[in-house]
Amino acid sequence: MAELDTSGGGKKGGKVRTKKMSTRVDLTAMVDLAFLLITFFMLTTTLAKPQAMDIAMPDKDKEEQQELTIADTRTINVLLGSGNKLEWYMGSVDKQLTPPEIQGYGKNGIRKALLEKSKQVIASTGDPKKGLIVLIKPSEKSNYRNLVDILDEMKITNIQQYGISEISLPEIELLKRDGLFK
Amino acid sequence: MPRIKIGRKSTAIDMTAMCDVAFLLLTFFILTATARQPEPLPVDTPASTVKIKLPDTDIATLTIGQGKVFFGIPGQDIRRSLLEKMSQVYGVQFSDEEKKRFMVMESFGVPFGNLKQIIAMKGEERNKENLQPGIPTDSVGVRPSELHQWIYQARLATKELHNADMRVSIKGDSKEQYPEIKKVINILQDQNVNKFSLITSLRGEDQ
Repeated sequence: MAELDTSGGGKKGGKVRTKKMSTRVDLTAMVDLAFLLITFFMLTTTLAKPQAMDIAMPDKDKEEQQELTIADTRTINVLLGSGNKLEWYMGSVDKQLTPPEIQGYGKNGIRKALLEKSKQVIASTGDPKKGLIVLIKPSEKSNYRNLVDILDEMKITNIQQYGISEISLPEIELLKRDGLFK
Repeated sequence: MPRIKIGRKSTAIDMTAMCDVAFLLLTFFILTATARQPEPLPVDTPASTVKIKLPDTDIATLTIGQGKVFFGIPGQDIRRSLLEKMSQVYGVQFSDEEKKRFMVMESFGVPFGNLKQIIAMKGEERNKENLQPGIPTDSVGVRPSELHQWIYQARLATKELHNADMRVSIKGDSKEQYPEIKKVINILQDQNVNKFSLITSLRGEDQ
């Protein structure tokens, strides 16, 4: 390789022939690495982008407080309490159509009740547009994850009419009674 | 019996072209990947099954965590205009140097009085935990809260410069108590921003 030819001349008048080496390099490892990096960058660029859950709140008009009257039979109240638990009942506070029930979030929690009630209401009104109305009432003891979870349930169960509303005092009492206001 | 000899072929393939393509793609992805900005208030966003991606421009992000609210808006031109507007509202002057430094601040959470201090800091110092106390959300008498002003002026700036309605997104920590979120939602509703987005991460499995 890197040696000087010091032997004083050979047969053909000192012309040294270097052996011709193949210029081919084994690219396998390099390609492996390149594809690994490509996969990494592809996944990170598309997956890192956060998701946006759009919500719309009703107009808040200070002058005229318009109360929307809604049918009790179509309304389900979901009270978000502490400890990742919620409590739900049909109807309104003064006239509860079903006894309040404590449940968790997710597939085995509120979703069953929502789907079942949603079906019942549509069956009784006979109009798919007049479905279940969900009033989400987060208490002071619930956290942000609970709110996102219940909004996500709305998307999953495909309930069109829902809203976030203020929790009332009797409802807070209800949560306190059941130990969900810690 | 003469045996048929199958000539052994070399298994080596010419990988030059493949290598070229691979590196071309690699370069593309590296260049398009946006480096993640360091955040002064790290939050753990709750997961949801929603699959709509967040837009990149004209969207202000309100980061809520540990009882603090941080405000961030993309776009250097908007940030400059926003600072000018805010300095008019509160009667505080900023030098050109300070405006330039503010233009590269992605997100911040200090009362307006302390803004100059934060601007003067270096990038790494700024992002130290518990340094920035959050933007005040309480209104003082008849004067609206500072957060209200930031959002309002940012909406004006976006409209002027990009002729687009600014969207607002809320990036809350999963453990954040609801009253803090409610406070911010109320501020938004006070200026008739009734539509906004909640930033969530992707939920892997359907629970």
